[in-house]
Amino acid sequence: MAELIQSEMRHTGFLGLLQRVGLSGRALVMAIPYGWLLLFFLIPFLIVLKIALAESQMAIPPFTPLLETVEELKYQITVTFYNFHYMVTDDLYIIAYLNSLKIAFVSTICCLVLGYPVAYAIAKADPKWRAPLLMLVILPFWTSFLIRVYAWIGILSNNGVLNNFLMWLGIIDQPLQILYTPMATYIGITYSYLPFMILPLYSTLERMDNTLLEAAADLGCPPWKAFLTITLPLSIPGMIAGSLLVFIPATGEFVIPELLGGPDTLMIGRTLWTEFFNNRDWPLASAVAVALLLFLVVPIMLFQNVQGKQGGHP
Amino acid sequence: MATAQPSRTQTKLEPWRDPNEKPYVRIEKVTKKFGDFTAVDDVSLSIYRGEFFSLLGGSGSGKTTLLRMLAGFERPTEGKIFIDGVDMSNVPPYERPVNMMFQSYALFPHMSVEKNIAFGLHQDKVPKAEIKERVAEVLNLVQLSQFGHRKPHQLSGGQRQRVALARALVKRPKLLLLDEPLGALDKKLREQTQFELVNIQEKVGITFVIVTHDQEEAMTMSSRIAVMNRGYIAQIGTPTEIYEYPNSRFTAEFIGSVNMLHGRIVESEPDHSLIRSDEADCDLYVSHPGHAAPGTECWVAVRPEKIAITKEPPAGDNGRNQAVGTVKEIAYLGDVSIYEIELTTGKRVRVTAPMVTRRTEMPITWEDRVYLSWRPFAGSVLTS
Amino acid sequence: MPKSWFLRFGLLIGLLFLYLPILLLIVLSFNDNRSISVWSEFSFRWYGELMQDDQLLSAAWLSVRVAFISASCAVVLGTLAGMMLARFGAFKGRALFSGMVSAPLVMPEVILGLALLLLFVSLEQLTGWPEGRGMLTIVLAHITFTMSFVTVVVQSRLVSMDASLEEAAMDLGARPAKVFFVITLPLIAPAIVSGWLLAFTLSLDDLVITSFVSGPGSTTLPQVVFSSVRLGLSPKINALATIVVAIVATGIIAAGFYNARQERLRKRDEQMAQQG
Ligand SMILES: Nc1ncnc2c1ncn2[C@@H]1O[C@H](COP(=O)(O)OP(=O)(O)O)[C@@H](O)[C@H]1O
Ligand SMILES: [Mg+2]
Repeated sequence: MAELIQSEMRHTGFLGLLQRVGLSGRALVMAIPYGWLLLFFLIPFLIVLKIALAESQMAIPPFTPLLETVEELKYQITVTFYNFHYMVTDDLYIIAYLNSLKIAFVSTICCLVLGYPVAYAIAKADPKWRAPLLMLVILPFWTSFLIRVYAWIGILSNNGVLNNFLMWLGIIDQPLQILYTPMATYIGITYSYLPFMILPLYSTLERMDNTLLEAAADLGCPPWKAFLTITLPLSIPGMIAGSLLVFIPATGEFVIPELLGGPDTLMIGRTLWTEFFNNRDWPLASAVAVALLLFLVVPIMLFQNVQGKQGGHP
Repeated sequence: MATAQPSRTQTKLEPWRDPNEKPYVRIEKVTKKFGDFTAVDDVSLSIYRGEFFSLLGGSGSGKTTLLRMLAGFERPTEGKIFIDGVDMSNVPPYERPVNMMFQSYALFPHMSVEKNIAFGLHQDKVPKAEIKERVAEVLNLVQLSQFGHRKPHQLSGGQRQRVALARALVKRPKLLLLDEPLGALDKKLREQTQFELVNIQEKVGITFVIVTHDQEEAMTMSSRIAVMNRGYIAQIGTPTEIYEYPNSRFTAEFIGSVNMLHGRIVESEPDHSLIRSDEADCDLYVSHPGHAAPGTECWVAVRPEKIAITKEPPAGDNGRNQAVGTVKEIAYLGDVSIYEIELTTGKRVRVTAPMVTRRTEMPITWEDRVYLSWRPFAGSVLTS
Repeated sequence: MPKSWFLRFGLLIGLLFLYLPILLLIVLSFNDNRSISVWSEFSFRWYGELMQDDQLLSAAWLSVRVAFISASCAVVLGTLAGMMLARFGAFKGRALFSGMVSAPLVMPEVILGLALLLLFVSLEQLTGWPEGRGMLTIVLAHITFTMSFVTVVVQSRLVSMDASLEEAAMDLGARPAKVFFVITLPLIAPAIVSGWLLAFTLSLDDLVITSFVSGPGSTTLPQVVFSSVRLGLSPKINALATIVVAIVATGIIAAGFYNARQERLRKRDEQMAQQG
């Protein structure tokens, strides 16, 4: 009791009042971002799930209402099967999913192959060069994504820079059809996401203890072998982080296949867009989103694990 | 290596011996757990006004955690802390009459030295003129008067250390906590600063609690030392008590260097103990009160500098506290020499002797057969 | 520069790959001819046409306003979230919170856009707010996805900052709120600035999420660019790209020089300190 009085005397005014009802400043600080994310991030996903289980209708908004009586709820459960069942039976969706995973996977590998030497070169560069080189890698990231994708239309199109160059060299005498093929999508994704691969790779490589390599050299290990047995295994965390940063968003990519890929470059992000904007089938679009999320749950969890390790608390 | 012998305790008052004296800081059965891990284990301590109290222990022994509980950054899992009679359980750090000097110094990098020092006074709404005066005074005390306008990164390590001290002192706290205050300095500067710190403490008269892992540092500066091991307190006492009368093998081995001779108690009397030692292959007579019953397993701790080393058998005392061995290693350290002697039982014993033997006798060299002996009050009987 | 020729070559290939497309756009923006394959003469023709395009300019103005408001709000929310993750220890619901913070970093935009739209529609059905879709819903959506990036930037700065600075301030008598404003905030200011710029750029650039949550009267710059690009090459867009690249490059290079200067000053101070 004496303690209680003592602590009450200490905190006066508004804050004191809040504290007496059990709300500390800390709780207030926490409530704002927590509440925001619950409202604008978690609840939306629950709604997506809910609507994926709803029926499409010709109205505004184009789905059955959220609050319903028990009777209708029963009806909805049969509808559930409808949206997902539809996706499973129509080849289009399955092909789109598999195609997305394939494109994302191949592009991730391309980013890794192209990005590793860059990251390694910057990490091994003279310290005074590192910051400018890193700046060069980051700079495109700050310019518009859309515009950078658009630039490839001019390069890859039939009378584009690449075809003209190759014909000038005499390597080909007919323009190659690259634009509007899956090939163009690979190039576009690799190009757009390359900085996301380089940065985490660089930060693991840069942190790596150089004396390890010196010790290896001292023990008679040739550089290429030291790279394979020391550098490469130690940079695996960076490779994982970079790969996830590329793979996950690339799977749901819309802009790149839309601008660079042909009409037959099926990707699930594009399918979702079409269902939503062209067919106005919101429940089906939601079901597509739910299924995409299910595909990505494992990589996203993995990413959060990696992310959590970097930003631990004291 | 011989440890610097403490000198200041003898000349100071010793309030902890006075049963009527009230402790200034009382730590009562404090335990701190992090999850399942017990960082501080049932610690009880009393610290008196004006003391220079050290928490001494190896890395991870819970010193910092105990200090942070005094500052209010950690809450005890169990137990209570009183400062000047007030229970601190529900007092947040910003309301405690305590200031801390951090191991990393924690100087605010975006503020000048003066602003750093004035920070605490501003929080207390001290009038501007007084702040100015007190900052100047404390800058003078730590001899940094010309550096008030510099930023922390424009100072050397030693100067930063003094700014950190000044910033904590200027609020005239009831208790000043220092976490490894000299840890970041190089050896030479550290030794010099030890005495400076003691002088400053005597000048301002504030009670200091200091954390250190360096036993020489603790011995040189402290009025009393609490030796910590794995979260509990192994021993509390003045530097002399801890050095001369360790209560456990841990303390004896942690402070300075010591020889441990294994044995079994034969006699345990109010004025002495007699131990039969298998390792020394002789009887050991220790003239301190015996505590353990005959038959108990024990160790006798003897400091290397208390053992006499001779080439001739020493006289008398019917072979007690005497051992025979062969010199295996010698190290000359300038002022003293260290000998490592292998006894007949195979046990190795370390002896330090001042270098005066050089002229008077034939020097002792490798493989010489030598006699070791020591006085009855040189050893301590340890049962744990 | 790295010593091995292989690494130099790899670096060169990587940087060429990153920069050739951008350089191409810049060059083409000054080509008087509409075709990519024919260079007729150097001109500012497309810049002139860009300045005449009212639809594009008003979309750009909307985008800038949206980006400014979103980035400013995202910085506040992201800083609080970064504080929670870096300083509040193990609070209840921490795992869920850090999951919600980091998911938008990688979440495909189509999912996030759809989810937010469905939220706005449902909210409107239930409460009447937000009324229709327009700038408000775009801003709310942009705050949500950009705050994660701010959180990551602020959190990593806080983690690398010595927490005992804040403890020292508290020890000297400052209450937690004061510690935050007087010590923490000034020290993480660089991270907050980069977080703001990042959020601003992401918001300015976003097409997919915006397309879901925008209404008929609110078309942002990326939406205009997208609809004109969909029809093939458009020289005006080349001019726009050049302007964007020029602004960004100037900003980044200036920041680089500023950092290098700070570093030099710091080194000099440290040397001075060693000499006493
Ligand atoms: N916040 C914490 N969470 C978990 N364990 C901790 C925390 N703080 C300290 N410890 C643990 O408590 C033990 C004692 O730490 P500390 O008091 O810093 O030791 P010392 O200062 O004596 O080196 C260490 O093992 C340390 O890992
Ligand atoms: Mg410590």
